[in-house]
Amino acid sequence: SRYLIFFPVYSKNLLCWTLQIKPRVFNEYRAMWFKSCRMTFSYVNRMKKCRYPWTRLYSTSHTTVDSSEIKTFLVLAHKWWDEQGVYAPLHSMNDLRVPFIRDNLLKTIPNHQPGKPLSGMKILDVGCGGGLLTEPLGRLGASVIGIDPVDENIKTAQRHKSFDPVLDKRIEYRACSLEEIVEETAETFDAVVASEVVEHVIDLETFLQCCCQVLKPSGSLFITTINKTQLSYALGIIFSEQIAGIVPKGTHTWEKFVSPEKLESILEPNGLSVQTVAGMLYNPFSGYWHWSENTSINYAAHAVKSRVQEHPVPAESVLTEETEELRANVHTSPGVHEELKR
Amino acid sequence: MAARLSVCRWGAAPAAVHRGPLVSWWRCSSTLADTVYDVVVSGGGLVGAAMACALGHDIHFRDKKILLLEAGPKKVMERLPETYSNRVSSISPGSATLLSSFGAWDHICKMRYRAFRRMQVWDACSEALIMFDKDNFDDMGYIVENDVIMHALTKQLEAVSDRVTVRYRSKAVGYTWPCPFPMTDSSPWVHITLGDGSTLQTKLLIGADGHNSGVRQAAGIQNVSWNYDQSAVVATLYLSEATENNVAWQRFLPSGPIALLPLSDTLSSLVWSTSHEHAAELVSMDEEKFVDAINSAFWSDANHTDFINSTGTALQYAIALLKPTKVSARQLPPSVARVDAKSRVLFPLGLGHAAEYVRPRVALIGDAAHRVHPLAGQGVNMGFGDISSLVHHLSTAAFNGRDLGSMSHLTGYETDRQRHNTALLAATDLLKRLYSTSATPLVLLRTWGLQATNALSPLKEQIMAFASK
Repeated sequence: SRYLIFFPVYSKNLLCWTLQIKPRVFNEYRAMWFKSCRMTFSYVNRMKKCRYPWTRLYSTSHTTVDSSEIKTFLVLAHKWWDEQGVYAPLHSMNDLRVPFIRDNLLKTIPNHQPGKPLSGMKILDVGCGGGLLTEPLGRLGASVIGIDPVDENIKTAQRHKSFDPVLDKRIEYRACSLEEIVEETAETFDAVVASEVVEHVIDLETFLQCCCQVLKPSGSLFITTINKTQLSYALGIIFSEQIAGIVPKGTHTWEKFVSPEKLESILEPNGLSVQTVAGMLYNPFSGYWHWSENTSINYAAHAVKSRVQEHPVPAESVLTEETEELRANVHTSPGVHEELKR
Repeated sequence: MAARLSVCRWGAAPAAVHRGPLVSWWRCSSTLADTVYDVVVSGGGLVGAAMACALGHDIHFRDKKILLLEAGPKKVMERLPETYSNRVSSISPGSATLLSSFGAWDHICKMRYRAFRRMQVWDACSEALIMFDKDNFDDMGYIVENDVIMHALTKQLEAVSDRVTVRYRSKAVGYTWPCPFPMTDSSPWVHITLGDGSTLQTKLLIGADGHNSGVRQAAGIQNVSWNYDQSAVVATLYLSEATENNVAWQRFLPSGPIALLPLSDTLSSLVWSTSHEHAAELVSMDEEKFVDAINSAFWSDANHTDFINSTGTALQYAIALLKPTKVSARQLPPSVARVDAKSRVLFPLGLGHAAEYVRPRVALIGDAAHRVHPLAGQGVNMGFGDISSLVHHLSTAAFNGRDLGSMSHLTGYETDRQRHNTALLAATDLLKRLYSTSATPLVLLRTWGLQATNALSPLKEQIMAFASK
């Protein structure tokens, strides 16, 4: 089901934005941020590949661990909490993602406490970065665990929350990947949030399976990411990277973008039923995001884990046997090759 | 202008740090033991106490810690005194709605207040007048003593004492602002040092400390202000005879406006703005002369000139031809018999407006942000309007899990209120200047203007709607 929320975008911030942010410097920082994200999640992907021998054979993109990138990322680690800086769009995205998560979780709580509506909920924030989304969820009363593979991000996040005694108790940060904690935290979370993460992950299916494993039955999975469409190529790659220079060339790989249909096709067999998909649009002049019917560029998705336990591992081993059989016959009939792909 | 504002914002903040006491940006671990409040309201007057009350009763603030700092002692009122206080405020319907949203209006109703249904404003130099009243006989506003409002607010603060702490006899002597560019080692909160040496930290500091605001000065916010060469004299008056007394009267004399506000069937409150010398004279003259001065100020037509009278009548005739208006003949206010001893006080008047209402982690409300002439009865109502807007923005921010001191919602409050307040301040200042003269061209202009406005009911309704927000 789709729902539409309209937030009127008011350009009162127009002057402030255009006068406060110097475009050239902003672009440089933006470039470094995107580069660092790419490096961050390539780490994650490599670690995942080593751990799961049963994952399907995909061609891996080459990721090089560039020490200069690490240095630039270290500089950026301090930039997370500057609301008018590099991460300004992520800060303003909170205006959409926090109510999205909050309202969908409140539907599952019969009587919530005013003042801390999410109290009693355990949430996992995957790829939390500096804790931009983790802290608002903590303020709403939830116990949140934020994980990120980059140490410096976790350190920044840790330091930032340490000044607030209430958040200090409610939030815990760990520098690790999702796979490392999947076994110890199986079925412990009421919600898992993966915001702006899945478009950087190579092995999406394993990632989503892990998300499912750590969720309690009837738990919620929240994802925000970028769609794989002509428009996202035109605006997200051509316009942002090559024309306006908002994002440097080669930062995003269009092939890694995930469409809502693909997301749904991976989530459904794993026992996660998609409840909502809603489009998000960013206005670079005002610096505000707003909801949209159009999911062509950015979108948010909410999926719920079914109450009946499904066992993805046995199903997958059955599937692997099938694919091996099919693969054996693939050179004989191209039609089967199509089936494999599907 | 946005560029200048933003430069001021970022440029002045580091300078402001040095105004604070000897507390550096790099916190040592011992200061982490300071209590971190979510909101600290500096100044426990009508507006400050109402702000703390509104936040304390807000549903999304149930989990938050709020502190109200008041320099004076706690005012306890065991029972309502028989004599009326000489400091009264005209409360608009919008302000009454705010007060009832956290239950203070009920207490006021149980104590005492006076509703007025009509307001007559007229000129001393001509026959022109304007009569405001609501068609449906609703109350236009309420006259309430400041002590009564304060007592109601104190009671409601006690009702939420688990979330709102009030510290009396506590004055903030120093503020230390957070670094504008987030540095990971320094505390991001505002540090406040009190007179007794203790310190505390807060995520949002609200300055409600009056027109000489310490918060505003410490933050380095520019304030446009000037003193009117006028002082206001207030007193409690006994009327000659008991009357329904639900009309507010205001007459513009060349020396300044004189207003009579109803308190009860036999009592009214006086607010007379006039030159400093005349004000001093009024306060020191004996009671009979004072009462005579008041009565003649309201009744005497000494300033009328034939020329103005005839032109005024001509315009009135023309208006009557164009549209059938109900004849609003000039009525005379009730005559005053005597004045309550010891109730005569004077205080100076001025205008003030802060260039910015907000800074990172700071917001100004009430007289700290704007100071206005009492001729329109809007001073405290503007402050209550600030509270409504700020509480609305903070409540939404809290429900979205946002950092309360973040500029994104504070600028929303500033835009809302600056628009409304600047217009009102400009209009009040213009009226004050227009009516401070007896020069014929200006008198003519304002006579015609007043008569025309009186004839145009939609315009009057707009004015009333704006003023009752």
